[in-house]
Amino acid sequence: MTAENLKIKEYCSISNNRVMLNGQLLFEAQGSDFITFIKLAYKKMDTKYPKFFKMDDLSKLGFLASDILLKPITQDSEMPKNIALAFSNSASSLETDRKHQESIRDKEYYFPSPAIFVYTLPNICLGEISIKHRLHSENSFFIFNHFNAEYLHDYANSLMKSEKADEVLCGWINCDVEDYEAFLYLVSTEGSIAHNKEEIIKLYTTK
Amino acid sequence: MSDLKQELKEKIITQLNLEDIAIEEIADNDSLFGDGLGLDSIDALELIVMLDKDYGIKLTDPKEGKKIFESIEVMSNYITEHRTK
Repeated sequence: MTAENLKIKEYCSISNNRVMLNGQLLFEAQGSDFITFIKLAYKKMDTKYPKFFKMDDLSKLGFLASDILLKPITQDSEMPKNIALAFSNSASSLETDRKHQESIRDKEYYFPSPAIFVYTLPNICLGEISIKHRLHSENSFFIFNHFNAEYLHDYANSLMKSEKADEVLCGWINCDVEDYEAFLYLVSTEGSIAHNKEEIIKLYTTK
Repeated sequence: MSDLKQELKEKIITQLNLEDIAIEEIADNDSLFGDGLGLDSIDALELIVMLDKDYGIKLTDPKEGKKIFESIEVMSNYITEHRTK
């Protein structure tokens, strides 16, 4: 397998209260806050995973975007798929970190929530996705100042060339206060979009 | 239904984010873990914090929770007997 043969099979984005798949609008709920929007999107996408509601916002965002791309591949398969995950963002798990900090601020009223604490790492999101889709694959969560197409491109190429993965789900899942953004794309040997830095940037900026 | 049992059902649904479960769907003797409500280990820890925060009950051994959180009925009896607030 050479890097030139790799393709972007599908891509998905969730931002500005819109869910898009391969450039097509799947769902929209303008005027809603994030919590309401993501709940409506979950129901619309027929996700059916009650643990979704226990997740923090970052995991909900990553989980839903991933589910749209992975469900058609994994739901009917008996065998676990070797799909690696390579995610990134700039805010890490900051929103949940702040909630945890708030719960431990007052030493006289010190009741940290275990359910919040478990999400004070961004890669927990990858664990949630791996559990749902039975992935025993490589996974990494990178922190960048901005979306870094070149790094993700090189990393996915490396995983594929070294046969660590058959496909790689890459992208950007960022969540901070009311500002959220998800952009994921599946790198594969199949597909019609060339897997190169320019195409990744084009898809990201026109999502 | 006693006020405490009703209160516990409301708290469990709200604090453990059981989105698709209504109060009337939880019977007093239903198992909270396993085949019942399907709560997990993080939920158990959250219930231990709830006992401390809302009822002033400190569990020194988390394993105690396994028996106390068996059902709403058992929880309610334990809280009534041990609460300090």
